[in-house]
Amino acid sequence: MEKQDIPEAKPLNFDKRMKTILAVAAGLGIVALLIAVFIQQLPSTRIWANLWLNAIMFLFLGLGALFFWTVNALGESTWQINIQRILESMALTIPFSVILFILAFPGLKDIFEWTHTEHLDEILQKKAAYLNLPFWLIRFAVYFIIWSFFAIYLRKISVRNDYEPYERYLKRIRSTSGWFMVLFAITSSMAAWDWLMSIDGHWFSTLYGWYIFSSMFVAALAVIIIIAVAFKEFGILPNINKEHLHDLGKYLFGFSIFWAYLWLSQYLLIWYSNIPEETIYYVERTRHFETLFILNLVVNFVFPLMALMTRNSKRQPLILVTVALIVLLGHYLDLYLAIMPGAVGHEAASIGILEIGLPFFYLAVFMTLFFTYFKKAKPVPENHPYIIESTSYENL
Amino acid sequence: MGAIVYGYFTDEINLLRAVKELQGKNIKIADVRTPFPVHGLDTVLKYKRPFLPKIAFAAGAIGGILGFGFQAWVFTEAWPLNIGGKPYLAIPSFIPVTFELTILFAAFAMVFAFLIQSNLGPGKIPDILDEEVTDDHFQIILTEKNNNLAEPELTKALSGSGAINVKHLNSEK
Repeated sequence: MEKQDIPEAKPLNFDKRMKTILAVAAGLGIVALLIAVFIQQLPSTRIWANLWLNAIMFLFLGLGALFFWTVNALGESTWQINIQRILESMALTIPFSVILFILAFPGLKDIFEWTHTEHLDEILQKKAAYLNLPFWLIRFAVYFIIWSFFAIYLRKISVRNDYEPYERYLKRIRSTSGWFMVLFAITSSMAAWDWLMSIDGHWFSTLYGWYIFSSMFVAALAVIIIIAVAFKEFGILPNINKEHLHDLGKYLFGFSIFWAYLWLSQYLLIWYSNIPEETIYYVERTRHFETLFILNLVVNFVFPLMALMTRNSKRQPLILVTVALIVLLGHYLDLYLAIMPGAVGHEAASIGILEIGLPFFYLAVFMTLFFTYFKKAKPVPENHPYIIESTSYENL
Repeated sequence: MGAIVYGYFTDEINLLRAVKELQGKNIKIADVRTPFPVHGLDTVLKYKRPFLPKIAFAAGAIGGILGFGFQAWVFTEAWPLNIGGKPYLAIPSFIPVTFELTILFAAFAMVFAFLIQSNLGPGKIPDILDEEVTDDHFQIILTEKNNNLAEPELTKALSGSGAINVKHLNSEK
C-alpha cells in the first residue's frame, strides 16, 4: 500500500446538537418506561427484568472493551494502539453501570426466585449457601471493585504517558493486564452465574459463564467497530485505516463463530443427555420463544459467517458497520432469551414499547459517558512506542 | 542468449527499495527470492491475490454437504437406529461431524491448491540459484529475455540499485 497523506485530526465535537440528540434518546427511553408502567400497566416482573437486562447489556459493552484492551496489552499487540482510546473510554463506563444495576435492585424479588427465602423448595434450599442475598451482594460489590479498579488504574497509566516517556510504564500495563485476565476469568464466569444463570434457579450449566462471556465480547466488538468507523469517517481518528477495520472484522467474524460453538456445545449435550432438570431450560425457550430462538442463531451466527467471510466485506466500512449493528442487536436478543423466559415467563413476556424504547435511555447514557471520557484525553496515545507500527502495518 | 542476472541484498528494506527503483527504470523483474515472507513485496510486484480462499469455500461447502447428507442418509435410509429415543434425523448430533468434514475438506483442498499454485509438490527439483537465499540473503532475478537488455546493462542496473553482489548465469534455463 502506498503511503497516504493522513489528514489532520479533528477534535471530537461534543456540542449542543449532539447533547440534544442524546437527551432526546434518553427521554424516549424514559417515556417508554413511563408508558409501560402507568398506561399499559405491565406486570412488574417484566419491567424489572427489562431494567436488569439493559443494565447487564450496558456493563457488557464496557467490560468487553476492557477485556479487549487488556488481552491486546498482554499480547503486546501493536495494531490496536490507534483505537486504544476508544477501548479505554468504553471501559471507564464500568463504574457507572453500578448505578444502573442498583436502579433494578428493588425488583430483585421479581427477577430471582431464590430471593423468596420464606418458601424455598428443596433444590433451592440446598443452593442457599451460595444463592443468598447477603453473599450475592458481597460478590456483586467484589466484581465491581475489581473491574472498576483495573479500568481506572490502567487508564491512569495510559493517560499519564501522553506527557511522560512511555517505555517505563509499558511493562506495568502488561503485568496489570495479566492480573486482570486471571481475575476476569473467575469474576466474569461467576457474574454470569449470579446475574443470569440463577434466574433459572433450578437449572445449571457448566458452560454458561463462557457462553455469556462470548456474547459479551461480540457485543462489545460490534460497538467498537461502529465507533471506530464513525470516528474514521468524521475525521476524529484519521489514523484508522482499512487494516484496522479488517482486523476488527476478523475479530467479529471469529468470535461470532466462537459464540456459536459454545451455544452448540451447551445445547447439544443437554439435548442429547435429555435429563429433565437440564432440558427444562431449552423446553421453555423452544416451545414458547421458538421464533426468537431460531432468529438468535441466524442473526448471531449464520449472518456474520456469510456476510464477513470475504476479505472485501471486512474492509468496506459500510458493510462492516451494518453487520456490527445487526450482530449487536442479535446479542441483545441473546441476552433477552437468557433472562426473559426465566424471569418473566412466556405468558407475560413479549416485545413491545418497553423493550424497544428502554434501550435508547441506556444507549444515550453510554454514549454521553463515552464522549465525556474520550474528550478527557488525547484521541491517540501519542507517546506509545508502537504507535508508528499501528499506523503503518498491513494485513497480508 | 537468455542470461539470468541476479543481485544479492542483505535486508528487506533495501530489497523493497531496489525493487521499486528497478521498476521505476522500466526493468521487468522476473522473480524475487527471500528467506522469509516480506511485507508489501507482493503488492509492489503486483502479484494477483491467491485463489486459495475460493477453493477453501468451495471444498468446505462440498465437505459440509457430503458430511451432513451421508449422516442423514445412513440414519434415515440405510441403517435407521433408535438412539436414546431421538428422532432418526437428529440434526444437532450431526453438527460436529459436519463441522469436522467441512474443515477436513477445506484443509486438504487448500494444501493441494497451494502446492499447485506455488508449483510445488513431492519430487519437485528445487531451482535455487544459490543456497544463500534459504539463509540470510535476498535475491532479485532479472532475465535478458524479459527486458531486451544485455547482461552487462542488467548487472549495472542491479549494482546501481544497491545490490551487494551481482552474478549471472548464461544457461538456457
